Amino acid sequence: MSESAVTIDRLSRHFGQFKAVDDISLTVEQGETFGFLGANGAGKTTTIRMLTGLLLPTSGVGTVAGYDVFTESEQIKRSIGYMSQKFSLYPDLSGRDNMRFYGAAYDLDSARITRRIGELSERLGLAEFLDRPSGALPTGWRQRLALGVALLHEPRILFLDEPTSGVDPVFRRRFWEVLYELAAEGVTVFVTTHYMDEAEYCDRISIMHRGRIVELGRPFDIVRQHGQANLEETFVHLISAEESRNA
Amino acid sequence: MRKIYYIARKEIYHILRDPRSLMIVIAMPVLMTFLYGFAINMDIENIRLAVVDYDRSTESKDLIDAFYSSTYFSEPRAAVDQGDSEAILKSGDAHAVLVIRPGYGEALRTGREFALGMFIDGSDNNIAAAVQNYSQGLLLTSALELLPAGQVSGGIRLTTQVLYNPDLKSAQFFVPGLIALILVMISALLTSITIAREKETGTMEQLLTAPVTPVQILIGKIIPYVFIALLDGALIVVIARIVFDVPFLGSHLLMLLYSLIYIGASLALGILISSLVQTQQVAMMFALTATMLPSVMLSGFIFAIKNMPPVLHGISYIIPARYFVRIIRGIMLKGAGAEALIFQGLALVGLMLIMMTIAARKFKMKVA
Repeated sequence: MSESAVTIDRLSRHFGQFKAVDDISLTVEQGETFGFLGANGAGKTTTIRMLTGLLLPTSGVGTVAGYDVFTESEQIKRSIGYMSQKFSLYPDLSGRDNMRFYGAAYDLDSARITRRIGELSERLGLAEFLDRPSGALPTGWRQRLALGVALLHEPRILFLDEPTSGVDPVFRRRFWEVLYELAAEGVTVFVTTHYMDEAEYCDRISIMHRGRIVELGRPFDIVRQHGQANLEETFVHLISAEESRNA
Repeated sequence: MRKIYYIARKEIYHILRDPRSLMIVIAMPVLMTFLYGFAINMDIENIRLAVVDYDRSTESKDLIDAFYSSTYFSEPRAAVDQGDSEAILKSGDAHAVLVIRPGYGEALRTGREFALGMFIDGSDNNIAAAVQNYSQGLLLTSALELLPAGQVSGGIRLTTQVLYNPDLKSAQFFVPGLIALILVMISALLTSITIAREKETGTMEQLLTAPVTPVQILIGKIIPYVFIALLDGALIVVIARIVFDVPFLGSHLLMLLYSLIYIGASLALGILISSLVQTQQVAMMFALTATMLPSVMLSGFIFAIKNMPPVLHGISYIIPARYFVRIIRGIMLKGAGAEALIFQGLALVGLMLIMMTIAARKFKMKVA
């Protein structure tokens, strides 16, 4: 059992000739907030799908919470929470019913489900929205509800795939405050985002391009290393440099 | 087990909270039963029959009366030229021409064999088939009655009877086919749509990141539809019994057993379809093509399988409804027991296993 929350060594995923993820390596420590950056189609979602047990890698080594991504996906699933970029709860069910349902899916007993719903609705400010059909909620509230479902079984590692896309700045700020609290409690947060201000909140980030990791480190260090003004400039600089190198 | 129960319960919520799916589930079978029962009437009456009588005997007159006094046949629109049968058919004044050659009365009196001629307009094959059936029935019953007293041939009286459906009522043919159709639509169409919906909206992916296996998800989602399909089947049988007087001669338990097998095969088809598609739209079109069309056209529901061209005849063997239509007709109309329907039952089980295997392989490929 390794101490790290996520270890990836030379991990690849090919779809036919296309190398969606091409030989990437990285390690995420427990309690770390890790920003997983890259342009659209860079391979971020494919990587997350491999780490959450939805997709088998083509080659390489990977562990999540100490479990092998090839053989121990069942244990991985019990240790992680996942929130996808699309709202993927049942829109015709209320928030409470969605949570109850997922509680059962995670084998929680009903007393614990009730307790967790109480805790999470307080923490996320969901109380007054819990009994409406979740599909009718504004985007910001939906995302909070989705986070609540992902946290229901008290996972040690949280995978968030663009959790705040389409959400207004106030909601984003509040969302990240919750993520900070979780990190302080020792939860590892593995998050993809297109918002550079969010990336700057992360302990470390990686930048992916065409299936490869082109930069990995603390946001501030990366900016300074490339002599740019901020992370946004650095990101654009890096991606265009890669594009012209490949051209 | 608890997970399957929760998934099934969630599926029931989905159905109950969506008025459209409720409509499909309850209103459609009822509506279709009435539609098929009342609107589509295959009982053909008042077929225009011309008669060319060369015999002109008392016996031939009696025969003609027998034809016209039945509800099936009526006189042609216009008086027809006595000579040319083909011209009569071509003019459209009559659907069929009965030709009574000279010697009919004589033959009847002396008990000789005799052949009557009948020309039938085959351009409408439903009417043509009806003319054949009706006139044969009429000849066999009426001609014998018309025999002069004392001419009754010893013990070899030719008695025929149209079995199982003496009046050839349409409802009795339609209802079994309708049950087969509704069950496959509920089981295959609705399940493929509901599974495709979870894929399309991403809820399937979210659920698979929880410790839930695809098999648990599928079983949980399917269970409510098994009960809905059974309920719909029962609903149609009740309407058929009460409104259309369709008999139920066989065992209800046997019917239930075979229905479950058929529902199983239909669900396998639904799962197979959902493993091939990504969206509800595609699932719906795929499922409609794979269920409704073949179940109506190739099951023997409306068109007799034995009259189909070889290719379609061959295809009909992979249509679950083909076997189930035979099973229901056997149980409801003939009171057939299990032993008479073993081949059909085994065929359905075989089809189910084949489709399940393909679907499972398809799913494994996707995850790996």
